[in-house]
Amino acid sequence: MVGPRVIVVGAGPAGTRCAETLVAAGIRPTLIDENRRDGGQIYRRQPDNFKRSYATLYGTEATRAESQHRSFDALREHIDYLPDTLVWNISERRVFVLHESRLSELPFDALVLCTGATDRLMPIKGWNFAGTYSLGGAQVALKAQACSIGRQVVFIGTGPLLYLVAAQYLKAGASVAAVLDTSPWSLRLAALPKLLALPRALVNGVALTLALRRAGVPMYSGVEPLEISGTGEGGVDGLSFKDANGEIRSVACDAVAMGYHLRPETQLADLARCEFHFDTATRQWLPRIDPQGRSSVSCVYLAGDGARILGANAAEVSGLLAATALLQDFKQPVDEDMLGEQRRVLSRLERFAQGLRQSFPWPAHLAACLPDEAVVCRCEAVTAGDLRHIVARTGAVEANRVKAFGRVGMGRCQGRYCANAAAEIVAHAANVPLEQVGRLRGQAPVKPLPMGAEADAP
Amino acid sequence: MKAVASDVLVVGGGIVGSSAAFFLRQRGRSVTLLERGLVGQQASGVNFGNIRRQGRPLEHLALSNRASATWRRMNELVGEDVEHIAEGHIRVCYRDRPEILDDFVSYAREARIRGLDLEVVSGTALRQRFPFFGPEVLGGSYSPLDGHANPRLAAPALARAARRNGATVVENCEILHVEKNGDDFCVTSSDGRTFRAPALLVTAGAWSSRFATQFGEPVPLTSHGPTMCVTEPVPYSIHCAVGVVSPVKEEDLYFRQIPRGNIIIGGGLRNPSYPDVCRAYVMPRNTLNQFRQIRRLAPELKRLHIIRVWTGVEGYLPDSQPIIGPSRTTSGLYYAFGFSGAGFQIGPGAGDVMAELIATGQTTTPIDVFDINRSAISTTS
Repeated sequence: MVGPRVIVVGAGPAGTRCAETLVAAGIRPTLIDENRRDGGQIYRRQPDNFKRSYATLYGTEATRAESQHRSFDALREHIDYLPDTLVWNISERRVFVLHESRLSELPFDALVLCTGATDRLMPIKGWNFAGTYSLGGAQVALKAQACSIGRQVVFIGTGPLLYLVAAQYLKAGASVAAVLDTSPWSLRLAALPKLLALPRALVNGVALTLALRRAGVPMYSGVEPLEISGTGEGGVDGLSFKDANGEIRSVACDAVAMGYHLRPETQLADLARCEFHFDTATRQWLPRIDPQGRSSVSCVYLAGDGARILGANAAEVSGLLAATALLQDFKQPVDEDMLGEQRRVLSRLERFAQGLRQSFPWPAHLAACLPDEAVVCRCEAVTAGDLRHIVARTGAVEANRVKAFGRVGMGRCQGRYCANAAAEIVAHAANVPLEQVGRLRGQAPVKPLPMGAEADAP
Repeated sequence: MKAVASDVLVVGGGIVGSSAAFFLRQRGRSVTLLERGLVGQQASGVNFGNIRRQGRPLEHLALSNRASATWRRMNELVGEDVEHIAEGHIRVCYRDRPEILDDFVSYAREARIRGLDLEVVSGTALRQRFPFFGPEVLGGSYSPLDGHANPRLAAPALARAARRNGATVVENCEILHVEKNGDDFCVTSSDGRTFRAPALLVTAGAWSSRFATQFGEPVPLTSHGPTMCVTEPVPYSIHCAVGVVSPVKEEDLYFRQIPRGNIIIGGGLRNPSYPDVCRAYVMPRNTLNQFRQIRRLAPELKRLHIIRVWTGVEGYLPDSQPIIGPSRTTSGLYYAFGFSGAGFQIGPGAGDVMAELIATGQTTTPIDVFDINRSAISTTS
């Protein structure tokens, strides 16, 4: 059968399940993956010469990781897999890719973006010292390179990943100096009814916390981060915070892993010109999708955490649903019963994700009280004070306007690390709702692009 | 609601409108500047940032020189730093077009008479002074007093300075309707506000033609988007702005480095733009063309990564020259638009000269060449 030319971007749980569903329907999709191997972030595979077991690498998620990898291996000959390939732009129904210093373009009839998520970050004064990593970065170091980000690591932020990565470090033999959560315990109790939508995940989460406690790791909830101390040459040497009782404490450390739950990687959706809407629950701009993942642009579909932060299990379901939407739109038969069942599964997972959001909220208030001298945009060294000054001096409120005047989000990361927090600071300084600040327009290239790369003839 | 009254209404808050408002205040006229979005957000904010006189038609140099004088005082005039760096501008040609080097020599001769000193360099002298050029570069024309500035900052800084000096600057003001009642122009915005003045200056870039058309002077204005990109920062070493002269559109490349270290690259093929939605998009192939061209012009730059591309909506006229001057159908109506991708340097000169024209009825700098009735842009012939 000659079906539509389908490109799937991302080989994590959403992309893999999507490709699998398409293959089952007789389509041979092209699966483009920025990583060298499949698995995405959560089921990231170790390098070929590493021999750690599934249980060692993935802990409670070992079974799922193994099944995911098996699915992918079975798919391998039925898809065109392009690993280590960056999609840097999308235009006129083509994706533009970079692979080993060669630039080329691939046309598509349908595009499924499964671009995943990265850590959502809240600056702390001193986070620009060497030795500060995102939780995801700390996890990549462990999974892909089998190394720790430091000898004494403080984990700070909020969300399930905070405990997961800290526990993984502990298990790998690293010294966890403290686990500091900005969310108070009471929120977790209040969210319990929603968290019970997935009892197994809840049990796993509790088990991680207990393992950390048993190991004697100092753990605090409801903290207010104050400062990462260090020097330009030596990097991080400690972290201070206010505990839930208002007492100021400090921990010696040589590395900090931080993250406040996740933010979807939406740059490609933006370049594909998908519409976005402001999600009040997470205080983020998200691409608009229907329940099956259709975006506002015809034949462009979004799945997984790149569309909404619902976790790996939901990513698998949403990948399947997006593939099904695609098949429907191309007039292919789909199993309606299965579709109904999967949508019910997804709504249960959504309920659990709501519980997580409620338990581990984005601490917007911390942006407001960030000291003026704290760096917000690390690429361009823009401080919280700089942002407040721009608002006061120019009246700029809109995100792109503040960027134009003050360079925030103008560097290599294009605001991935700072845009959420910068918007909060601007909104607070201008005394406007966050929504009014808007969002940074996505601009190619998605990642820095070498000018020395040779382009294939189109 | 009572209309906001002033001596002059300026429609369009780019660098031309903002500087017109600024200079009108310097001449003591009350002025209201109306901007559909935010000041300097369109062509004035997304262009390359060239402060270049050389290469402009000789008959433009008087106005361009006037703008140059303003640029050199810009920080002092607006009271903030617009990152203007007047450390030179070089335009070069490739070996396969040696005739262009001859053109540089004859242009330099004519430009000198008009107050612009240029130096033509080639061979060893060129390579010693500008070691970054590739072997294909034959020679160039160097303008020591030109340079570059930050487009994101200039127009907003001018508008803020105008406002501090008493101008009314109204942003997010979409114009619904313009009419002339007796001696006054009355402008109604989409949110129901009204403004009136006996003089109306249209500086609305790619969006200007509806006003000219309404007053019986249709112009063949089109729009395109420039192709821009910027590299990661590297140590600051190239202080002058650099450009290529070529009849081949793909080869038309320029770059500049800012003290922060990033290298900004522009030129080559233009992008489609959509004035109706105030958006334009960089075609990826145009970015790739820039990669090919930069490797010829300055081969070492191929080691760098670009971190961002952008474009915007620029208004073009068929002869690539702006319209600057009075309406020929309606008294009190003035135009300064259609700068065809080359308005950033000359913009403050255009604003300055229009302020002079509106305030005094004449200009000390000749602007006849920019007349709306010139044959090159006539829609009737």
